[in-house]
Amino acid sequence: MFTFAAKYIKHFSCIMANVIKIKKGLDINLKGKASKALLTAGKSDSYAIIPDDYNGIIPKVIAKVGDKVKAGSPLMMDKNRPEIKFVSPVSGEVIAVNRGEKRKVLSIVVKPDAQIEYEDFGKKSVSSLKAEEIRETLLASGIWPSIRQRPYDMVAIPAYEPRDIFVSTFYSAPLAPDFEFIVKGQEADFQTGLDALAKLTPGKVYVGVKAGSSLKMKSVETVEVEGPHPAGNVGVLINHVKPVNKGEVVWTLDPQDVIVIGRLFNKGVADFTRMVAITGSETTERGYIKTIAGCTINSLLAGKILGNEEHVRIISGDVLTGIRVDLLDYLRAYSRQVTVIPEGNDVHEFLGWGVPGFNKYSAGRTYFTWLLGGNKEYVLDARIKGGKRAMILSHEYESVFPMDIMPEFLLKAIITFDIDKMENLGIYEVAPEDFALCEFVDTSKMELQQIVRNGLNLLYKEMN
Amino acid sequence: MKALRNYLDKIKPNFEEGGKLAMFRSVFDGFETFLFVPNTTSKTGVHIHDAADSKRTMIIVVLALIPALLFGMYNTGYQHYLAIGQDPGFLEMFIYGFLAVLPKLIVSYVVGLGIEFAIAQVKNKEIQEGFLVSGILIPMIIPVDTPLWMIAVATAFAVIFAKEVFGGTGYNIFNVALVTRAFLFFAYPADMSGDQVWVRTGDTFGIGAGSVVDAYSGATPLGQISVATKDMIGSFQTVDILGNPLSLWDMFVGLIPGSIGETSTLAILLGAALLIFTGVASWKIMASVFVGGLGMSAIFNLIGTTVPMSVSPVEQILLGGFAFGAVFMATDPVTASRTETGKYIYGLLIGAMAIIIRTLNSGYPEGMMLAILLMNIFAPLIDYYVVEANVNRRLRRAVK
Repeated sequence: MFTFAAKYIKHFSCIMANVIKIKKGLDINLKGKASKALLTAGKSDSYAIIPDDYNGIIPKVIAKVGDKVKAGSPLMMDKNRPEIKFVSPVSGEVIAVNRGEKRKVLSIVVKPDAQIEYEDFGKKSVSSLKAEEIRETLLASGIWPSIRQRPYDMVAIPAYEPRDIFVSTFYSAPLAPDFEFIVKGQEADFQTGLDALAKLTPGKVYVGVKAGSSLKMKSVETVEVEGPHPAGNVGVLINHVKPVNKGEVVWTLDPQDVIVIGRLFNKGVADFTRMVAITGSETTERGYIKTIAGCTINSLLAGKILGNEEHVRIISGDVLTGIRVDLLDYLRAYSRQVTVIPEGNDVHEFLGWGVPGFNKYSAGRTYFTWLLGGNKEYVLDARIKGGKRAMILSHEYESVFPMDIMPEFLLKAIITFDIDKMENLGIYEVAPEDFALCEFVDTSKMELQQIVRNGLNLLYKEMN
Repeated sequence: MKALRNYLDKIKPNFEEGGKLAMFRSVFDGFETFLFVPNTTSKTGVHIHDAADSKRTMIIVVLALIPALLFGMYNTGYQHYLAIGQDPGFLEMFIYGFLAVLPKLIVSYVVGLGIEFAIAQVKNKEIQEGFLVSGILIPMIIPVDTPLWMIAVATAFAVIFAKEVFGGTGYNIFNVALVTRAFLFFAYPADMSGDQVWVRTGDTFGIGAGSVVDAYSGATPLGQISVATKDMIGSFQTVDILGNPLSLWDMFVGLIPGSIGETSTLAILLGAALLIFTGVASWKIMASVFVGGLGMSAIFNLIGTTVPMSVSPVEQILLGGFAFGAVFMATDPVTASRTETGKYIYGLLIGAMAIIIRTLNSGYPEGMMLAILLMNIFAPLIDYYVVEANVNRRLRRAVK
C-alpha cells in the first residue's frame, strides 16, 4: 500500500514539472543506426495504399483500374463511415486493385505521373477556422486515417470528440529515426498542424518530447519524457499524463502526420511527403530518405542491401512493431523507418542453451553478454530462438512495461476474453505496440501483440 | 557439428507426417531442438527475440542445483562412513554417495521424461523442458534409502496428476517435485520418516560394507527436536548420528543427516546467488520466506513452552529443508504468486507456516513441504487481491 502511495506522489510531482521519468524498459542496442544524412531515393514506379494497415475500417474501393487520379483523389473509403476517405498519395493512373481470398482488398496501386498534380483543398488560416471545418478538410483530403484513437487503436471515428490528443516526438524504438532531424525546415507546418489539432479537442494537445529536446511549440502542452524504450511510445505518454478511462476517447498521431496536416492548411494540398530512415545491420548505407507514403521498398533500398537477399529480412517499420515486406512491396502506413536485419534461417546453433553466449543478446543475465557492457552494438536476426510455451516466468513483462497496468493479467484476460476483466485491467489504454518489448523478452515466445490486436478487434465488435 | 546437422537433416523426413517413424515425431523434435537452437523465424509480431528461452531458464535452475546435489552425494557417503566408524577419505565418500544417488536420479528422469515424451507425442506437441528441473529436484528431497520403485511410482503420479492433467508445464497448480514427495510421505510413511531412513548403513554396489558403531542413531536434528520432552528445555542439544553436539557451523555446512540435497545451506546459497543474479528466481520470495521463518520462530521463542518452540530462529532456518524449500521450491514461478506484492505475502506465509507446522505438530518434524504446497493453493488468491487493488485504484482514477 505504501509503495502505491509513494508511486502516486512521485507520479504527480513529475506531471507538475512536465517531466516523465521512465525506469522500466529496455534499449536494445542494435547495429545499424541511421546517420544524420540525406540519401537519394530511387524512382518509385508505383505507389499503393494497403487497407490492412488501417484498423477498424472495412474498405470499399471507389477508384477503378484505368482511372486518372491526382494526389488527394479518393481511391477507397470506409464502408461503415463513408466520410473516411483514403486518397492517392501521387497523381497518375490506377493500375491495379489487388484482391485476395473472399475478394478482400489487398492493395490499390497507382502508377505515378512524371510531375505530381495535387487536388486543391484551398489554403486556409487555421486560426479563423471552426473545428467542424478543420474536421471536414481532414476527411476530404484523406489525411484523416493518420489519426488513430484509443480505445481499440484504430482509425479515429469522426463522430466522437477526443478528450485530448497525444503526439509523441520521441522515437525510442530500436534504430528509430530522430524526429528533431526530420522536422528541420518544417517547423512552421508542424506548428500549423498542432494548431489545427488543438481546435479539434475540448481538452489539450500533449506533445511528448525527448528530455533535453530543443523543440519549441505553441498552443500545446509539452511533456518531457526520459528513459529507455518504450518511453517514447504514445501509450506511455497517455498513461503517465492522463490515462484513458472507460467511455473516454483520445487521439494519437505520428508527428510526421502532424506536418502533413500543417501542409494541408498552409499550402492547400495533400502532400504525403515524409522522411524515412534506412536502418539495420544488413544495409550498406544508412540515413534518411525523403519520399512519399506508399512508395515501393525497392525505391528506398535498391543497392543498399548487404549480402544475399534470401537471408535478410526487410521490415517496414522498426524491429519490434514493423511489418515484414520484400523489395516489391510498398512502404506501409505509419512507418517511420525501414530496417534490414539478417533472417537467420541459415544459422544452426549447436547446444545453444548450454553455451556461455558472449555474443547473444538477452535482457536478462542468463547469457554472459552482460559482461560486455552496454555500449556493444548487436546484430540480431529474426529467429525466435526457442519454442512456444505457456507463461512460465513472472515479472518478465512488467519489467519492460512502464504503465500502471498489470500486463500479464491483462493478457490473460484477453486470452480468455473476459470483457469485465479486460476493461478493469486497462484494455482501453493499450495498443499492441505497447506489448512489443514484452514479446521480445518473453522466454515463452508468445505472440503477445497478436493477442492484444485480436482482443481489441473482438472487443470492438462486441461493444459496437 | 556440421556432420551431425547433415545427419539430422537426412533422417528428419522419416519423422515427419507420413514418414515411417512419425509416431516418434515429438521425441525427434525434442532431441533436435536440444542439439540445435531451432532456426524458425518470426512470422508475426516482433522480428527479433531475446536469446533466452525456457530451455535456458531451466538449465540455469539445474546449474544452481548442482552444488547442493554434489554436496548431497558427498554427505551421503560421509554420514555412511561415520555410521560404520570408518574414514576412507573424501573421494571414497563421494563415490559412495554418487553411486547411492545416481540410480535415483536416473529413475526420476527416465520415468518423468518417459511420460512427458509419450504425452507430448499423443498431444502432438513439442516436448517441454519443465521436467528437467523436477527430475533433479525429486532425488534431492527424499531420504537416501527410499526404494527406487517408490520413486518411480511417485514420479509417475506427480507428472500425470499434478502436471499433465492440468495441461503441462506452466499450467500446474502444485509444485511437481513436492507432489512427488508428498505422495511418498503419505503413501509410504515408514520409508519417508523416522530414524532409520536418513543414513544408508548398508553398502552400495558392494562399496562401503561394514556394521554400524554402537553410538549410532540416525535421527535428524529436527527429528530429535520433535521428540524432546519439556523438561529438556534449556539443556536440549541437537547431536550428530554419533551423539556429538552440532554447532551452527555444522548445520550451515550441512554435514548432518537429512534428505539428500537439503542439508547444506552453504551449497544452497551458492545456487541462490546464481538464481538471483540471473533473475531466474525471485529474490523477493526467497527473502520473505526467510524473514517469515525467522519472525515466526522468534515469536515461538517468546512463548517457549516446548523444545520445538525454544529452538533459535537461526537453527530453524538452517535445519531440514527450510533453505532448500525457500530457494528452489517456493520460487517455482508457475506455482508461486505472480504479482510482485503477492510474492512478499506468499513468501512470508510459507516461512511462517513451515515453522508453525514444525513447532506445533510433532508428527511432522519437517513443515516446509506442507507449507509450500498449502501456499501453492493460496497463491492465486493472493494474486487476486493484489490485482483487485490495482483495479480499484484505476476505478477511483476514473471517478476523480
